[in-house]
Amino acid sequence: MVRPDPMKWRVLLPAFAVTSCSGAQTPLDPVGDQASQLFSLLTLMLWVCGIAYALVLAFLGWTLWRARHVLERDPPEVAPEDRRLNHGLRIWAGLVAVGLIILAGGSYVVDWALSRAEREAALEVRVTGHQWWWRIEYRDPATHQWIETANELHLPQGRTALVLLGSADVIHSFWVPNVAGKMDMVPGRINQVALTPRRLGWFRGQCAEFCGSQHAHMAFDVYVDSPAQFAAWLTAQRQPATAATDPVLARGAQVVTQGPCAACHRLRGTPATGRAGPDITHLASRHALAAGTLPLTRGAIQGWIAQPKALKPGTMMPAIPLSAADADAVSRYLVTLK
Amino acid sequence: MTNEQKAELTRTWADPPGLWGFLTTVDHKRIAARYICSTIALLFLAGMLALDMRLQLSQPGMQRMDPQEYNEAFSLHGSTMLFLVSVPVMEAMALWLVPLMLGQRNVAFPRLSAFSYWLYLGGVLMLWVPHALNITPDLGWFEYPPLSGPAYSPGHRADIWAQMITFTEVAALAASVNIVATILKMRPPGMTLARMPLFLWAMLIASLMTILALPSVMLVTSMLISDRLVATHFFAPAGGGDVLLFQHLFWFFGHPEVYIIFVPAIGFVSAIVEVFARRPMFGYRAMVLSMVAIGVLAFGLWVHHMFAVGLPRIGNAFYTAASMAIAFPAGIQIFCWIATLWSGRPRFDTPLLWIVAFLVTFVVGGLSGVMAAAAPLDLQLTDTYFIVAHFHYVLVGGAMFPLFGAFCFWYPKATGRLMSEAWGKLAFWLIAGGFNLGFFPMHLLGLMGMPRRVYTYPAELGWGTLNLVATIGSAIAVLGGVVFVVNALVSLRRGKPAGPDPWGGATLEWAAPSPPPQHNFDWMPVETSLAPMWDAKDGLAVMEGLATGSREVLVTSLVEAEPEYRQHSVGPSIWPLVSGLAVSALFVGSIFTPWALVWGALPVGAALTLWFWPTRPRATAGPFARRSG
Repeated sequence: MVRPDPMKWRVLLPAFAVTSCSGAQTPLDPVGDQASQLFSLLTLMLWVCGIAYALVLAFLGWTLWRARHVLERDPPEVAPEDRRLNHGLRIWAGLVAVGLIILAGGSYVVDWALSRAEREAALEVRVTGHQWWWRIEYRDPATHQWIETANELHLPQGRTALVLLGSADVIHSFWVPNVAGKMDMVPGRINQVALTPRRLGWFRGQCAEFCGSQHAHMAFDVYVDSPAQFAAWLTAQRQPATAATDPVLARGAQVVTQGPCAACHRLRGTPATGRAGPDITHLASRHALAAGTLPLTRGAIQGWIAQPKALKPGTMMPAIPLSAADADAVSRYLVTLK
Repeated sequence: MTNEQKAELTRTWADPPGLWGFLTTVDHKRIAARYICSTIALLFLAGMLALDMRLQLSQPGMQRMDPQEYNEAFSLHGSTMLFLVSVPVMEAMALWLVPLMLGQRNVAFPRLSAFSYWLYLGGVLMLWVPHALNITPDLGWFEYPPLSGPAYSPGHRADIWAQMITFTEVAALAASVNIVATILKMRPPGMTLARMPLFLWAMLIASLMTILALPSVMLVTSMLISDRLVATHFFAPAGGGDVLLFQHLFWFFGHPEVYIIFVPAIGFVSAIVEVFARRPMFGYRAMVLSMVAIGVLAFGLWVHHMFAVGLPRIGNAFYTAASMAIAFPAGIQIFCWIATLWSGRPRFDTPLLWIVAFLVTFVVGGLSGVMAAAAPLDLQLTDTYFIVAHFHYVLVGGAMFPLFGAFCFWYPKATGRLMSEAWGKLAFWLIAGGFNLGFFPMHLLGLMGMPRRVYTYPAELGWGTLNLVATIGSAIAVLGGVVFVVNALVSLRRGKPAGPDPWGGATLEWAAPSPPPQHNFDWMPVETSLAPMWDAKDGLAVMEGLATGSREVLVTSLVEAEPEYRQHSVGPSIWPLVSGLAVSALFVGSIFTPWALVWGALPVGAALTLWFWPTRPRATAGPFARRSG
């Protein structure tokens, strides 16, 4: 099957003037098979609906013009015969019916294509929505164990990943518009969505179902890697947390793994086994902190630990009062967790 | 009719003077006017909330509102607009106009309309008094569990929202039953169903839809309250409940609700187009059939609000087809309106301008609706600003613009004075232009990936400029709204006297004086055509025989409108208000304790008993006769 080239249709949407930039979040720049199919459907819709709207405006415009220029000069005594209008009504009804059949047909074709992709999935990923972050788990192809990370999804280029969607609390919605349409994460159910990215790059996803106070700050990054890069990344994620060598880092590790952080966060290979918050075994391998709220820098980490509610009001992360030395050690340690 | 008889008629239908009259009146015009003024006040308040939100979103990373304030603002805006403005204002217009258009002196159940308003007012207070006390609902106009469940929403914010719905839905049911009974059983002799004005068809269909749709939302909000109050598990997956059950029941109401708002607008548009095109509506039968089709189809497409929740594909495909199918009758109606204008001699006064704006904007909303009706494409569109743009085009363009047109159209009938055309046109251009400037960019924002209900967004996503344009447009529209209201208030005193029929109307309400007296008409008109005011060249045919010394209305047969009997129409009473207070106490109490349902039922029962206490003297002969001795 020849996949429609989305770029070909771009000329039809000059008003949107979309450029493909990094970290994009838009259905208008599709990089996945699913988003491309939806983009073709959108294009079809815009054409058919655009023609329908043009016809309505033309008829209305003619009416207004006629009222101004014909009827005012020469008002007819009685209303004209409705026979011509009845004729017009029948033609119009036919046009509307044909338009709707085209659109429904296009919709079914795309729906069928989407369902076919789900059956070709080669990689299984589990994403669970939490207020307000994403738990992400990969099925290790070798051991069949789940490898956990958070808030950053890596996908291999050209392969179909089947994402299983669940929720730990309220309803969320998983949406990476450049790759595929959204799917809700409903407590008590498992939904699925297939993602087949074709272009390397960094894209952005965001929760699309209102989920409470910090719905606006529930984003995640999506990296489309080459298959080799992806395999290397997954191997690195599988490893336990790196041990601290330097005394400052060791103090940081001690605070994190034996102090209050460990109650909610897990660092594989250490005593920290909390499950309420994101797994931070490889925190520094990620690009953002607090579900896309802050860039992942040492300063941001230190600020986040000291004043999370100032940066993301309502977050479940409590403020952790640490001495200046400990705060410094903790942030230095956390940025080593590649 | 002699002058003594006229004076007697006026005395018979007069309300008691002063405050007592205000509290006890059952005059449909007085009650409907109250309803309309309340909805305009709430429209203003909810519009201010919208402006507040637009300022917060005008630039990325704004700090004017924190997330809690923003979430309260959109929840209050949506709940007010949907439950306290759009639906009630349509019922209120019906309550005011239907008896006049039927040549009747009052609605079928006068006290029920008073009860309806008092409960509606209870719903208004239920939402806005807590807002003043800072316990505003903060989960949107549909509060999905589990977010609205006891685990994630402690306190009473969610209960207040749920019980506000109970108030307004009881009020809406009372109004709808009244309108249906009035239209079906109180048409003037000669107004067969086939000769009924399109406005009455629209109100009949919308009211029947209300009666069928509203129980669903009352049920679902009651289930939510019981989950929260007595720990039932309807929507708790851990206890065997299902969160999607809420969505099904909510949208089984929620989708017809959109048409409950839109179908009355079809009535306004048809009435205005006919009068201002100065010819009878083209395609009367097509219009009636398409309204009926919309009324039926509207109940078969609620799942299109749930395409992203993961229902089976085959089910989604069915609802895609049903949702697209509704564009067919809507398309027919668009054609009929434009065709009527095309073949008539249109006169472009303010009411018709609103209809032109309606055609231009509503069709955009309808077409974006067709796009969102495709299940797969909806996965990219739903819960984004595209949908925000879509439903504002449908609800503002499709329902509010015709409502504003209807307001200008019937204003002289209600007040006896015309609104200023110049100020009316200024308000029109500001509102219609500002609305399109404000909401069209939202389509683009949605396609650029902006989700709804976010209180802020990062600058990198490039949404700032269009959001700023949207904010400017909204501000212009709000300014237009102020001009509109000021025009209405000033014209009350300064407007040109209108006379009974300033526009050359087609239907019976234009036969009554402006403003109509409390009994509306001295005589009962008899209909001979669809446009009686145009066809009766030498005066309307009327019938006599209704009493002048007691409140009487004429009841006619369902289809052919043949006179059946004279019905006693009840007069002013305080009991609708007392019953409303008793029911309000029960509703408010039941968010705090389940026992309110038990103890609260006692005053409700007492008030209703006194309301319905028979006042007629017992018969002196026959089986029910009073026994003497």
